[in-house]
Amino acid sequence: MSFIFNSKNRTLLVKITGELDLVTAKEFRERLDKAIDEMFTKNLFLDLTRVSFIDSSGLGVILGRYRKIQEKRGIMIIYGMNTNIKRILELSGILSIIPAFNSENEAWTYLERKSLKEA
Amino acid sequence: MDKIVRNQIKLEFISIPENVGLARITIAALASQLDLTLNDLEEIKVATSEAVSNAIIHGYRNKPAGIVKLIGSLYEDSIVIEVIDEGVGIADIPQAMQPAFTTDPERMGLGFVFMQSFMDEVKVESEINNGTRVILTKKLEGAGIQKAVS
Repeated sequence: MSFIFNSKNRTLLVKITGELDLVTAKEFRERLDKAIDEMFTKNLFLDLTRVSFIDSSGLGVILGRYRKIQEKRGIMIIYGMNTNIKRILELSGILSIIPAFNSENEAWTYLERKSLKEA
Repeated sequence: MDKIVRNQIKLEFISIPENVGLARITIAALASQLDLTLNDLEEIKVATSEAVSNAIIHGYRNKPAGIVKLIGSLYEDSIVIEVIDEGVGIADIPQAMQPAFTTDPERMGLGFVFMQSFMDEVKVESEINNGTRVILTKKLEGAGIQKAVS
Protein backbone atom coordinates (compact mmCIF):
# COMPACT_ATOMS: atom_id res chain seq x y z
CA MET A 1 0.00 0.00 0.00
CA SER A 2 1.23 3.49 -0.75
CA PHE A 3 0.03 7.04 -0.19
CA ILE A 4 0.54 10.37 -1.86
CA PHE A 5 -0.21 13.35 0.38
CA ASN A 6 -0.98 16.83 -0.90
CA SER A 7 -2.24 19.79 1.04
CA LYS A 8 -4.09 22.83 -0.37
CA ASN A 9 -5.64 25.51 1.85
CA ARG A 10 -5.90 23.19 4.86
CA THR A 11 -7.48 20.47 2.73
CA LEU A 12 -5.46 17.27 2.82
CA LEU A 13 -5.64 15.16 -0.34
CA VAL A 14 -4.64 11.54 0.05
CA LYS A 15 -4.26 9.25 -2.93
CA ILE A 16 -4.26 5.63 -1.79
CA THR A 17 -2.92 2.73 -3.82
CA GLY A 18 -3.41 -0.92 -2.83
CA GLU A 19 -5.59 -3.06 -0.58
CA LEU A 20 -7.22 -1.79 2.62
CA ASP A 21 -7.51 -4.73 4.98
CA LEU A 22 -6.35 -5.82 8.44
CA VAL A 23 -2.68 -5.77 7.46
CA THR A 24 -2.73 -2.25 6.02
CA ALA A 25 -5.36 -0.67 8.33
CA LYS A 26 -2.88 0.15 11.09
CA GLU A 27 -0.38 1.87 8.77
CA PHE A 28 -3.24 3.64 6.98
CA ARG A 29 -4.60 5.00 10.27
CA GLU A 30 -1.21 6.07 11.63
CA ARG A 31 -0.03 7.81 8.46
CA LEU A 32 -3.34 9.59 7.96
CA ASP A 33 -3.49 10.79 11.57
CA LYS A 34 0.12 12.03 11.40
CA ALA A 35 -0.55 13.93 8.16
CA ILE A 36 -3.82 15.38 9.53
CA ASP A 37 -1.98 16.73 12.58
CA GLU A 38 1.19 17.90 10.84
CA MET A 39 -0.55 19.70 8.00
CA PHE A 40 -3.09 21.48 10.21
CA THR A 41 -5.81 19.74 8.23
CA LYS A 42 -9.39 20.91 8.34
CA ASN A 43 -10.84 19.04 5.37
CA LEU A 44 -9.88 15.61 4.09
CA PHE A 45 -10.20 14.20 0.56
CA LEU A 46 -9.59 10.47 0.10
CA ASP A 47 -8.91 9.41 -3.47
CA LEU A 48 -9.82 5.71 -3.70
CA THR A 49 -9.25 5.36 -7.46
CA ARG A 50 -6.37 2.96 -6.96
CA VAL A 51 -7.82 0.98 -4.08
CA SER A 52 -8.30 -2.56 -5.35
CA PHE A 53 -9.80 -4.18 -2.25
CA ILE A 54 -11.51 -3.04 0.95
CA ASP A 55 -13.08 -4.89 3.86
CA SER A 56 -14.44 -3.82 7.26
CA SER A 57 -10.93 -3.19 8.63
CA GLY A 58 -10.33 -0.55 5.95
CA LEU A 59 -13.83 0.89 6.36
CA GLY A 60 -13.24 1.23 10.10
CA VAL A 61 -10.25 3.49 9.45
CA ILE A 62 -12.20 5.64 6.97
CA LEU A 63 -15.07 6.06 9.44
CA GLY A 64 -12.63 6.83 12.27
CA ARG A 65 -11.02 9.63 10.20
CA TYR A 66 -14.49 10.96 9.34
CA ARG A 67 -15.21 11.33 13.06
CA LYS A 68 -11.88 13.06 13.58
CA ILE A 69 -12.52 15.58 10.78
CA GLN A 70 -16.06 16.15 12.12
CA GLU A 71 -14.58 17.10 15.48
CA LYS A 72 -12.52 19.76 13.70
CA ARG A 73 -15.71 20.95 12.00
CA GLY A 74 -14.13 20.07 8.69
CA ILE A 75 -15.48 18.22 5.67
CA MET A 76 -14.39 14.79 4.56
CA ILE A 77 -15.02 13.57 1.01
CA ILE A 78 -14.23 10.30 -0.75
CA TYR A 79 -14.06 9.81 -4.51
CA GLY A 80 -12.92 7.60 -7.36
CA MET A 81 -14.29 4.25 -6.13
CA ASN A 82 -14.54 1.38 -8.64
CA THR A 83 -17.81 -0.58 -8.83
CA ASN A 84 -16.78 -3.25 -6.32
CA ILE A 85 -15.48 -0.80 -3.76
CA LYS A 86 -18.62 1.29 -4.19
CA ARG A 87 -20.88 -1.71 -3.50
CA ILE A 88 -19.05 -2.49 -0.28
CA LEU A 89 -19.18 1.14 0.85
CA GLU A 90 -22.89 1.24 0.06
CA LEU A 91 -23.61 -1.92 2.00
CA SER A 92 -21.65 -0.63 5.00
CA GLY A 93 -23.83 2.48 5.16
CA ILE A 94 -20.77 4.75 4.82
CA LEU A 95 -22.13 6.35 1.65
CA SER A 96 -25.08 7.72 3.59
CA ILE A 97 -22.68 9.39 6.04
CA ILE A 98 -19.65 10.52 4.02
CA PRO A 99 -20.12 12.56 0.81
CA ALA A 100 -18.87 10.53 -2.17
CA PHE A 101 -18.13 11.65 -5.72
CA ASN A 102 -16.65 10.40 -8.96
CA SER A 103 -13.79 12.86 -9.25
CA GLU A 104 -11.62 15.34 -7.39
CA ASN A 105 -13.25 18.20 -9.35
CA GLU A 106 -16.68 17.26 -8.04
CA ALA A 107 -15.25 17.12 -4.53
CA TRP A 108 -13.86 20.67 -4.81
CA THR A 109 -17.19 21.95 -6.16
CA TYR A 110 -19.00 20.40 -3.19
CA LEU A 111 -16.50 21.85 -0.73
CA GLU A 112 -16.77 25.35 -2.24
CA ARG A 113 -20.57 25.27 -2.09
CA LYS A 114 -20.49 24.06 1.52
CA SER A 115 -17.98 26.77 2.48
CA LEU A 116 -20.07 29.48 0.81
CA LYS A 117 -23.12 28.36 2.74
CA GLU A 118 -21.26 28.56 6.02
CA ALA A 119 -19.65 31.94 5.25
CA MET B 1 -26.09 -38.56 1.18
CA ASP B 2 -22.90 -36.51 1.33
CA LYS B 3 -22.15 -34.23 -1.54
CA ILE B 4 -19.24 -35.08 -3.79
CA VAL B 5 -16.24 -32.81 -3.37
CA ARG B 6 -14.88 -31.77 -6.76
CA ASN B 7 -11.86 -29.96 -5.42
CA GLN B 8 -10.58 -29.08 -1.98
CA ILE B 9 -7.71 -27.17 -0.42
CA LYS B 10 -6.57 -27.02 3.18
CA LEU B 11 -4.26 -24.38 4.51
CA GLU B 12 -2.91 -23.66 7.99
CA PHE B 13 -1.20 -20.45 8.92
CA ILE B 14 -0.22 -18.48 12.01
CA SER B 15 -2.56 -15.75 13.17
CA ILE B 16 -0.88 -12.65 11.74
CA PRO B 17 -2.65 -9.98 9.63
CA GLU B 18 -0.33 -10.63 6.66
CA ASN B 19 -2.11 -13.95 6.18
CA VAL B 20 -5.54 -12.38 5.62
CA GLY B 21 -4.50 -11.46 2.08
CA LEU B 22 -2.95 -14.86 1.55
CA ALA B 23 -6.21 -16.59 2.59
CA ARG B 24 -8.33 -14.35 0.39
CA ILE B 25 -6.14 -14.84 -2.68
CA THR B 26 -5.95 -18.61 -2.14
CA ILE B 27 -9.75 -18.84 -1.95
CA ALA B 28 -10.13 -16.55 -4.97
CA ALA B 29 -7.79 -18.80 -6.97
CA LEU B 30 -9.84 -21.86 -5.98
CA ALA B 31 -13.16 -20.12 -6.67
CA SER B 32 -11.94 -18.99 -10.09
CA GLN B 33 -12.08 -22.64 -11.17
CA LEU B 34 -15.84 -22.08 -11.15
CA ASP B 35 -17.74 -20.08 -13.67
CA LEU B 36 -18.41 -17.15 -11.35
CA THR B 37 -18.95 -13.50 -12.14
CA LEU B 38 -16.34 -10.98 -11.02
CA ASN B 39 -18.88 -9.70 -8.51
CA ASP B 40 -19.26 -13.16 -6.99
CA LEU B 41 -15.50 -13.52 -6.78
CA GLU B 42 -15.15 -10.15 -5.08
CA GLU B 43 -17.87 -11.07 -2.58
CA ILE B 44 -16.15 -14.35 -1.75
CA LYS B 45 -12.89 -12.45 -1.20
CA VAL B 46 -14.50 -9.96 1.19
CA ALA B 47 -16.32 -12.70 3.15
CA THR B 48 -13.10 -14.73 3.49
CA SER B 49 -11.20 -11.64 4.58
CA GLU B 50 -13.78 -10.92 7.29
CA ALA B 51 -13.81 -14.47 8.64
CA VAL B 52 -10.01 -14.73 8.79
CA SER B 53 -9.68 -11.21 10.28
CA ASN B 54 -12.18 -12.21 12.99
CA ALA B 55 -10.17 -15.34 13.81
CA ILE B 56 -7.01 -13.25 14.24
CA ILE B 57 -8.48 -10.22 16.04
CA HIS B 58 -11.12 -11.89 18.18
CA GLY B 59 -10.31 -15.60 18.24
CA TYR B 60 -6.64 -15.08 19.05
CA ARG B 61 -6.92 -11.49 20.39
CA ASN B 62 -4.21 -10.34 17.95
CA LYS B 63 -1.66 -12.79 19.36
CA PRO B 64 0.44 -14.26 16.57
CA ALA B 65 0.89 -17.70 18.14
CA GLY B 66 -2.46 -19.13 17.04
CA ILE B 67 -3.12 -21.37 14.08
CA VAL B 68 -5.92 -20.56 11.65
CA LYS B 69 -7.20 -23.36 9.44
CA LEU B 70 -8.75 -22.61 6.11
CA ILE B 71 -10.63 -25.21 4.08
CA GLY B 72 -12.05 -24.42 0.68
CA SER B 73 -14.29 -26.99 -1.03
CA LEU B 74 -15.89 -26.94 -4.44
CA TYR B 75 -19.07 -28.95 -4.83
CA GLU B 76 -21.33 -29.49 -7.80
CA ASP B 77 -23.55 -26.61 -6.78
CA SER B 78 -21.61 -24.55 -4.25
CA ILE B 79 -18.34 -23.35 -2.79
CA VAL B 80 -17.83 -23.80 0.93
CA ILE B 81 -15.19 -21.94 2.92
CA GLU B 82 -14.40 -22.94 6.48
CA VAL B 83 -12.31 -20.78 8.79
CA ILE B 84 -11.35 -22.48 12.02
CA ASP B 85 -9.49 -21.15 15.03
CA GLU B 86 -8.73 -22.57 18.45
CA GLY B 87 -9.05 -19.24 20.18
CA VAL B 88 -11.24 -17.80 22.91
CA GLY B 89 -14.57 -18.57 21.25
CA ILE B 90 -17.69 -16.42 21.09
CA ALA B 91 -19.84 -16.12 24.22
CA ASP B 92 -22.99 -14.97 22.45
CA ILE B 93 -23.12 -15.84 18.75
CA PRO B 94 -26.40 -14.02 17.90
CA GLN B 95 -25.02 -10.87 19.56
CA ALA B 96 -21.70 -11.15 17.69
CA MET B 97 -23.61 -11.38 14.43
CA GLN B 98 -25.57 -8.16 15.05
CA PRO B 99 -24.65 -5.22 12.81
CA ALA B 100 -22.42 -2.69 14.55
CA PHE B 101 -21.61 -5.06 17.41
CA THR B 102 -17.93 -4.60 18.04
CA THR B 103 -15.48 -4.94 20.88
CA ASP B 104 -13.12 -2.36 19.32
CA PRO B 105 -14.03 1.33 18.72
CA GLU B 106 -11.81 1.59 15.60
CA ARG B 107 -13.76 -1.17 13.93
CA MET B 108 -17.22 -1.11 12.41
CA GLY B 109 -18.71 -4.39 13.57
CA LEU B 110 -19.53 -5.25 10.00
CA GLY B 111 -17.62 -8.48 9.61
CA PHE B 112 -20.64 -10.75 9.97
CA VAL B 113 -22.86 -8.33 8.06
CA PHE B 114 -20.58 -8.62 5.05
CA MET B 115 -20.36 -12.40 5.39
CA GLN B 116 -24.17 -12.64 5.54
CA SER B 117 -24.69 -10.23 2.67
CA PHE B 118 -22.16 -11.79 0.35
CA MET B 119 -22.70 -15.49 1.03
CA ASP B 120 -25.85 -17.60 0.84
CA GLU B 121 -25.26 -19.26 4.18
CA VAL B 122 -23.17 -18.38 7.24
CA LYS B 123 -22.87 -20.94 9.99
CA VAL B 124 -21.00 -20.27 13.21
CA GLU B 125 -20.02 -22.93 15.72
CA SER B 126 -18.21 -21.75 18.80
CA GLU B 127 -17.41 -22.75 22.30
CA ILE B 128 -15.81 -20.60 24.99
CA ASN B 129 -12.05 -21.30 25.13
CA ASN B 130 -12.44 -23.94 22.49
CA GLY B 131 -12.39 -21.95 19.28
CA THR B 132 -14.71 -20.99 16.49
CA ARG B 133 -15.62 -22.47 13.15
CA VAL B 134 -17.22 -20.27 10.52
CA ILE B 135 -18.71 -22.01 7.50
CA LEU B 136 -19.48 -19.83 4.50
CA THR B 137 -21.45 -21.21 1.57
CA LYS B 138 -22.07 -19.65 -1.79
CA LYS B 139 -24.45 -21.44 -4.12
CA LEU B 140 -23.73 -21.55 -7.82
CA GLU B 141 -26.27 -20.74 -10.40
CA GLY B 142 -26.53 -23.05 -13.39
CA ALA B 143 -23.63 -25.24 -14.45
CA GLY B 144 -20.93 -23.44 -12.50
CA ILE B 145 -18.80 -26.51 -12.00
CA GLN B 146 -18.51 -27.36 -15.70
CA LYS B 147 -15.43 -25.24 -16.09
CA ALA B 148 -13.74 -26.90 -13.13
CA VAL B 149 -14.11 -30.45 -14.30
CA SER B 150 -13.68 -30.04 -18.02
